[in-house]
Parts: sequence; C-alpha cells; structure tokens
Amino acid sequence: MKVLSILLMLLMATVSPVKQGFEVGDTATDFKLKNVDGKMISLADYKEAKGFIVIFDCNTCPYSKAYNQRIINLNEKYASKGVPVISINANDPSSSSGDSFDEMVRIAKKKGYKFPYLVDETQQVAKAFGATNTPHVFVLSKDLKVVYIGAIDDNSRKADAVTKRYVEDAVDALLEGKTPAVTKTKAIGCGIKWKNS
Amino acid sequence: MKIGFFSIAFFLVITVSGQPIPQIKLKELQTLMTAENNRIQVINFWATWCAPCVKELPLFEKLNQENKSIDITLVSMDYDLDPDPAKVERFVARKKLQNKVVILAETDPNSWIDKIDKNWSGALPATILINPATGKRKLIQKELHEGDLEKLLSEITN
Repeated sequence: MKVLSILLMLLMATVSPVKQGFEVGDTATDFKLKNVDGKMISLADYKEAKGFIVIFDCNTCPYSKAYNQRIINLNEKYASKGVPVISINANDPSSSSGDSFDEMVRIAKKKGYKFPYLVDETQQVAKAFGATNTPHVFVLSKDLKVVYIGAIDDNSRKADAVTKRYVEDAVDALLEGKTPAVTKTKAIGCGIKWKNS
Repeated sequence: MKIGFFSIAFFLVITVSGQPIPQIKLKELQTLMTAENNRIQVINFWATWCAPCVKELPLFEKLNQENKSIDITLVSMDYDLDPDPAKVERFVARKKLQNKVVILAETDPNSWIDKIDKNWSGALPATILINPATGKRKLIQKELHEGDLEKLLSEITN
C-alpha cells in the first residue's frame, strides 16, 4: 500500500509539474510537523475534528502581528466546536532570524497559544498547500477537503472595522454542511521567506 | 522678502519630514500599467516594513541611473496597515530614493489584487515589468537580486 502510494505520488509529480498548491475542492495531504512543545503533530491526530483552520503564519510579519489576536480568537471560538486552528511557520530562519524555532516557542508561550504552532523546516508543507504569504488560511473539512483559501477578513489594519469575516463565514458554513459563499480571497501580506531565494 | 522667508521655511519642512508622496488610486495605477507613453514600465510593490523589499530597492535605483528610457515606479503598499504617509515620506527621504514613489491608497485588497495581476498572491515584494512594444509582461513574486532586473528586461524585449 505504501509503495503504491509512493508510486502514485511520483506519477502525479511527473504528470502535473506546473501546478503547485491546493485549490478549493482539492483534498489536502496530511503532514507531520514539530510543534513548539517538541511533539510531532498530524491532522490525523484529531480524531474528533469536524474540520481545520490551517494558518501559515510567522513571528515577524507585521500582518501576522496585526492578526495575532484574531487568530487566537478564531481558535477560542471554533476549537470547542471541533474546528481547531493549526498554525504553521514556514519562514526560513536564516533569512528571518526572528522566525527561529526558539522564537516560535517564546511567542507561543508569551501569547498563550492553545493551538499547535508547527515548524515547516523543509517548507514542503507550505509548498504542497501553495501558501504564499503570512497569514494565509486554508479551511479544511474533516476529510481534508479544501473549502476556503485566503485572508482572515477584509480589514488587516483594524479588527473592529472588519465587514467581511471570510474565515468565520467559511467555518460556519462547514459546520452547517454548506458551501461557503466566498471560497477564495487575496490579501496583501509578507511573502513567505523561501530558502535560497 | 516675505516670500523668501516662507520658501525657506517650506524648504526646511519638506527636508525634515520628507517629500510629500502622491497617493494614488487603483485607476491611476492601471493607467500607468497600460504604458500609453510606449515606454517600458517597471512597477515594484513594496512597503517600509518589508525587509526583502527594502533590500532590493537599490537595484531599482541603479537601473534608474543606468537606463533613463525605462519608467520605474515604486508603489508603496504601506497604506493597508498604516494610512499615515509620514513613515513612507521619511523612509524615502532617508534612503534618498530618486525613483518615482507613489502610495496606493486603497482599502479591501481582495477587491483589487486581481485587477493588478491575476497571478499575484498579494505577497510582497512583487515586481511587474511591461514592454508595450512586444506586449510582453512579467510578474515576479520574490526578492530580486543583482542582475535579475537586467535578465527580466531582456526577456520582455526579445
């Protein structure tokens, strides 16, 4: 079975060399990444989950800072409903020293993260998802179907001036078994700090 | 005499706080991108808070010095997080930027990022090169390094 899936992956890699990243409707692949507490985390560990709010985030980006409390609030609101935040930092610490694992541990502790903050050291997960900036959200169903990709809301500057809560609307729709009205948005943000670029 | 005093005072003010930088709307940016003057347009999207953007700015300054037949515009995207232009003005003055700098003063980026370029994620830095003569256009969504701009320009020329 394992050999077959590896063969299948190789085949897919050769057949579709151009397309990178998931689109809405695709099924995301699970990952295994190190959390700030040192444990390895996979989406499969969440047996009771009804979905996931996967967020590519980091310590240093001003947009990540502007959205930090909103991300904490998202987890507070939805983890108990079965849709936890899973935060992933893919930034290369050699070009962004504030994004080292030690700094991630410090920030998670300081901010009291009740959700995993995972390091994507090889950047393979960010690449597989097609994450480009921080924070960049992928809302997944429990069977890892991508239901929303994009921004958290429509006002980066001021949380109290937000008029469209894209992620909340997508998760609410997911919980009601509906398709979100808005499935894809874009936002200005910090590009992920890729290795050798 | 009075005029002289005021112009000196005005000169001091703009030297200390930096040149006022034009705030433009999407429409003006789109007009720029149509390259009606038939010159090659190099448009760089940057922000004062974006480290890789700041790092690559000297490449655009160098290109401006070396090639006056190309129009370079540095589009500050600072407005989205901070609508006060003072920080951008101080930055431009401190770095003594010679290129044309504008601030894109628009909210709700989701409504206009695709209008700038459908393939642009919205991540900074980003650079668009347009050659009206060949109709070729390039979008680069990463930090540029020495020699990259020259290579890209030759790609849209031939």
